Amino acid sequence: MKSVDRRKFKSMNRRELLKLTPVLALGAFAIPKIQEPLLKAGLGFGDWASAKLFRSGHLAPTFADSEVAPFDKFPINDYDVDDPGVDFDKWTLTVTGAVQKPGNYTLAQIQALPKIRQNTRHVCIEGWDVIGRFGGARLSDFLKAIGADTTAGFVYVQCADDYYESLDMATALHPQTLLCYEMYDQPLTREHGAPIRLQIPTKIGYKQAKYLTDLKVTNVLEKVGYWEDQGYSAYYGL
Amino acid sequence: MSTQAVAIENSKSGEGSEAVYEHPFIVRLCHWVNAVSLFVLAGSGLQIFRAFPSFGAKIPEKDLLHWPKAFAIGGWLGGALQWHLTFMWIYIATGLLYLGYQLFSGNYKQVLFLRRDLAGVCPMLRHYFLFGPKPPAREAYNPLQKHAYTTAIILGILSVATGLAIWKPVQFSWLAWMMGGFHLARVWHFAIMWALLAFVFGHLVMVVLHGWNNFVSMFTGWKKDPEYIP
Repeated sequence: MKSVDRRKFKSMNRRELLKLTPVLALGAFAIPKIQEPLLKAGLGFGDWASAKLFRSGHLAPTFADSEVAPFDKFPINDYDVDDPGVDFDKWTLTVTGAVQKPGNYTLAQIQALPKIRQNTRHVCIEGWDVIGRFGGARLSDFLKAIGADTTAGFVYVQCADDYYESLDMATALHPQTLLCYEMYDQPLTREHGAPIRLQIPTKIGYKQAKYLTDLKVTNVLEKVGYWEDQGYSAYYGL
Repeated sequence: MSTQAVAIENSKSGEGSEAVYEHPFIVRLCHWVNAVSLFVLAGSGLQIFRAFPSFGAKIPEKDLLHWPKAFAIGGWLGGALQWHLTFMWIYIATGLLYLGYQLFSGNYKQVLFLRRDLAGVCPMLRHYFLFGPKPPAREAYNPLQKHAYTTAIILGILSVATGLAIWKPVQFSWLAWMMGGFHLARVWHFAIMWALLAFVFGHLVMVVLHGWNNFVSMFTGWKKDPEYIP
């Protein structure tokens, strides 16, 4: 056994203790001014990694009709009102931005696109989940119909209740991303987002905006989304 | 075993004592970063849980437990998610660094509970719970300690796996499937948190019981007056 003098042992210990000083860097999270940008960066890193993980060909699990929750057990979540009072007779989806055919599109025009039906899981940020049955047109088909520039970064939507959302183009083009107008083979009810909502099995619930009124294809987002602008993840892909 | 021992000489009094180097730098670094991360992850996780304190369907919602806001981190769901989704990276990074270091340095032999440790389990249990004689210490950790630390490491790995299954149930659908589906993955994630917190509680009790020299060794690596000499 090596022997050391007591004072040398003390200095050895001090040196080893000082090596741990990098741990104190975590204390930055306790400083209010630095805390917010640090947490934003952490969330941003997760969003970046999530976009990298996303695979266009990877489908969200689908379920048998027997696994679907009853319609009355499918929760209704809003940030303000269940029914923003959309006038169905006058409703159109106003399309703007990087598209060849901007303008107002009727529900009939959207329903003329191939209809997709899927039983998928809806996951809420709160932690609950529910399997539902949805029907609608692929957003990718609609984007093709309006001559959208699919090299643009985002699809931005506005809703009848002042909710707004944005979707990265890769997710917008995913084959399970729907302009949904049916639930449980019935026309979408008002509280579930009639006449059109986004239904995106690869995204968390708050990205799946209801009561759409405007759709814009764009590279620049002035706002990301109602909840995102209050601190939620901008990407939140499942 | 790589553990080194030194004899400490006191030139004034002429007295001598001994010390062993138990915890390499990387282990100590990961230990303390991980301790902070686990604290933040559990606190923010409980705030996330407060948004839907249940494991059933949303309708009809039956709350499982009302966790007080004072014992949660983040203030609201969005804030808690920021903490959780930031510290998960720190938790994963230190976890990988720790596992990689233990594996490649061979230091895992000090911690990992193996078949040869089985024989020492009963005498140690008798000592802890039935006032049996204390089995002589031959290495840094006794068999029960190794068992506890090995379990904690497995729980740590499972906490990440279940967390990833909840965070990415589509991209990692195979992982969610292994947990018995998205719904159960959330249950496991919650249960594993409590198991880890139970470990931490027991760990802290033992740290208090084992005294100052033992406590200091997780800062400096050196434990004075050890019960054994390697």
